Amino acid sequence: MKTEEIKPTDRIKTVGRHISRNEGLIFEESAPGKRAFELPPLDVPAVDPRTALGADFVRDSIEGFPEVSEIEVVRHFTRLSTWNYAIDLGMYPLGSCTMKYNPRVNEFVARLEGIATEHPYQPQELSQGCLKILQLLMNCLTEITGMDSGTLEPAAGAQGELTGLLLIRAYLEDTQGHPRKVVLIPDSAHGTNPATAVIAGYDVQNVPSDERGQIDIARLKEIVNGDVAAMMVTNPSTLGVFEQNIAEAAHILHEHGALLYMDGANMNALAGVARPGDFGVDVMHLNLHKTFSTPHGGGGPGAGPVMVKQLLEPYLPIPVLLEKNGQLSLENRKPKTIGRVRAFGGNFGVLVRALAYTLAYGPGIRQATEDAVLNANYIRKKLEDVFDLPFNSPSMHEVVFSDARQKKNGVNTMDIAKRLIDYGFHPYTTAFPLIVPGAMMIEPTESESKQECDLFVEAMRSIAEEAATDPELVKHAPHSTKVGRLDEVGAARKPVLRWKPKPKAL
Amino acid sequence: MRYLPKSTSERREMLDAVGVPSIETLFESIPEQFRLKAPLNLPAAMSEQEIIEYFRARSSENSVGYTSFLGAGVYNHLRSVVTDALIQRGEFLTSYTPYQAEISQGTLQAIFEFQTLMCQLTGMEVANASMWDGSTATTEAVLMAERLTGRHRVVVARSLHPEYRQVLDTYTRNLGLRIDEIGFTGSGQVDATRLENALTSETAAVVVQSPNFFGVLEQMPSLAALAHAKGALLVVSISEGVSLGAVRPPAEADIVAMEGQSFGLAPSYGGPYAGVIATRDKFVRQMPGRLAGETVDGNGKRGYVLTLATREQHIRREKATSNICTNQALCALAVNIHLCLLGKEGLKELAAQNLAKARFALDALEKIRGVRRAFTGPFFNEFVVEFPRSVKMINAELLKHKIIGPLPVGSYFSELTKRGLFCVTETMSRAEIERMAAAIRDILSKPI
Repeated sequence: MKTEEIKPTDRIKTVGRHISRNEGLIFEESAPGKRAFELPPLDVPAVDPRTALGADFVRDSIEGFPEVSEIEVVRHFTRLSTWNYAIDLGMYPLGSCTMKYNPRVNEFVARLEGIATEHPYQPQELSQGCLKILQLLMNCLTEITGMDSGTLEPAAGAQGELTGLLLIRAYLEDTQGHPRKVVLIPDSAHGTNPATAVIAGYDVQNVPSDERGQIDIARLKEIVNGDVAAMMVTNPSTLGVFEQNIAEAAHILHEHGALLYMDGANMNALAGVARPGDFGVDVMHLNLHKTFSTPHGGGGPGAGPVMVKQLLEPYLPIPVLLEKNGQLSLENRKPKTIGRVRAFGGNFGVLVRALAYTLAYGPGIRQATEDAVLNANYIRKKLEDVFDLPFNSPSMHEVVFSDARQKKNGVNTMDIAKRLIDYGFHPYTTAFPLIVPGAMMIEPTESESKQECDLFVEAMRSIAEEAATDPELVKHAPHSTKVGRLDEVGAARKPVLRWKPKPKAL
Repeated sequence: MRYLPKSTSERREMLDAVGVPSIETLFESIPEQFRLKAPLNLPAAMSEQEIIEYFRARSSENSVGYTSFLGAGVYNHLRSVVTDALIQRGEFLTSYTPYQAEISQGTLQAIFEFQTLMCQLTGMEVANASMWDGSTATTEAVLMAERLTGRHRVVVARSLHPEYRQVLDTYTRNLGLRIDEIGFTGSGQVDATRLENALTSETAAVVVQSPNFFGVLEQMPSLAALAHAKGALLVVSISEGVSLGAVRPPAEADIVAMEGQSFGLAPSYGGPYAGVIATRDKFVRQMPGRLAGETVDGNGKRGYVLTLATREQHIRREKATSNICTNQALCALAVNIHLCLLGKEGLKELAAQNLAKARFALDALEKIRGVRRAFTGPFFNEFVVEFPRSVKMINAELLKHKIIGPLPVGSYFSELTKRGLFCVTETMSRAEIERMAAAIRDILSKPI
């Protein structure tokens, strides 16, 4: 009798980390009449929606809306969760994402009654607790960044960037009579920088990098003129290298009446060690979901507070936090404000988490920065003999390799990244920054132990060996996941972006 | 430090492996004058217990123990504990944006389900994976309409949430977009005649909110007809999503910008919430934000990926449809779970309870002499009431009863003094509603 062969292509596979159940969409599990939530009984007279609203406004049932029980909801989402990688499982070596540990006490305090339950329009005298949280966080962030003031309103880094550019614009209009035309952006910058500049009403001009991957100061001197409103710089750069000439760049800009904006995404290399306010930055944003440990949650929420030097303070968005006779309040009147950048003041729940993180460290935040930089340099040292290092400059909290050596065998950065999945890691950042062809951007963060770093190094060295001896294995990775490489071309060509009920049989 | 997984000897080992004498060497690339010589002046490090005590102390300085009748874009609705139990799973909470689809299928499938739910609720054909909130979603919807039509004027109802309007102004001031504002009639709805007269061949969009800031429902079919007759798009902003459990969706709209806070997100003093943009298939390539699409792997197995990324900043940079990168993913997941828990029947029943409670409260208020509803149009769970005296003064007295009264509308609309915006949801007990009405009757019976 022949035993049944289990082929690698069989739909049900047992794999390492991921429980491979063919869990469908919640809509596919629905059946009429099931429900998962029961409301308390109505204690006032019921009204008929049709009578209350009128026939023109009333709605029938929502076709296809889920109908499942509570246990089915729990199982459905629990199963889905098991198909995800997460920081709680292992390292994300993603450059410039700063995927550090998300402390659970942050989650606990954000959910406290009296914190989670507060309405942004409730009386100020009943919001002093919330306002004190905002004040303390702002004080901590000004201390960490060496800036003078700021706003906690922006919902994400990109919104912080927009706020910052609008502040610059308002300042130039107010002090010089016109906003100027151009924002300078290095070719190594994150995509949000140029996208934001356009929304702020500016044209983007590229600042090239020199042979060390730093801002080309000689070129900068040539291109800064009266049309330039600002330069947006990330420091350390997206290569993980401190911009040696940042102070000179600031000086050149200031001489021409322009301002320096810093994208604070890489603040994890600086907190407690150096302060942007000290090296000439006029305005910057922070990513609380990076440096300040608030969870990524699959893509958000985050927060992008903007920190400013005094010269930009008059233009800060409303509401502003004021203190008078020991009472805090949010004030909506500010004569030169750029206005409101979002309703209701900010991602308060995220701000609470960031404050909890800052309070856990205190001045000891420097140790986190030191560990982050040590981890990155350790990994760099252990891999620089097998992967190409395009720029020899000292790395801070992240290191950028390239796939140049592996490319000779037809193995590129994406392939290596996908193979890393089989070793139990999330990939590093592939193909960014754009100035490094085949980039492999690695940021371990301070949350990784020596053991985890060693495991990562081992995995990467093994893949380098596979790239040399068995490239097909790498090129077709990952092999151990719920799904293999997905057809992204097909997904874009014929987009299917929602579930639809099957047409009823006639 | 408890978040740092290294011992002193391990640090030493690693420094040796790197080949440097001390950690300071690794910071030598920072010019010396910028390296800090002293620790930062921050509050002393706290243990977990001290952190909890700090926030507990802050929580006791807020509004615990008060009953609130506030809405105006942030709503108190029942939330199931199941939602938190699921979103607190580390695989959801601590996961990254699903760019690496093979190990993010949980997040991607959940986004796909969220996109579907948003379409079902709003009557649109496609929805994105979330925007930051209703105010920025509305703003981005307007910018989207501008791109789609190539026109640069927008007609906006004055009854759009004032803060949403302020955000729209901040964003569009530098982009050459001209905004014309149309007021409201006695019904509380946008003045359709004035609106029609304001439309030109340069109008990109008509923007209305429904239920609007006053809680009044707008007439979608006729507004859509007016807009479309001039080649403009109808943008509908929705801040109270639970209304869609009883109120017909704005199926005639071209773009819907919705705030999802009502579906399982705590008020949390202003955020984080979850905006969403939903629209017609033909407009999808101008839509901002992430999109999850269905596809297959090499073995024909169904899976999900982020798709149509050429709209986004990381690919198109200055030509992107938006600068948005980080969105509100975990909040959108909570909305998804909450809607699955409510389900078809639950959402309907929830909306019906809101209708009932709000009408009960309005009845109770209108029994007080001199108190009557300010507008006549149909409403869901919010309504504006006119009082014989200042709402701020009434509210000051109500606080003594531990009641947070209606939002004074005169703070936003200077001609609408002595009017308060009430929100009454399923969370408000009959007893509390009656207590509020009795307190107001009592306050109004006394001389000023």
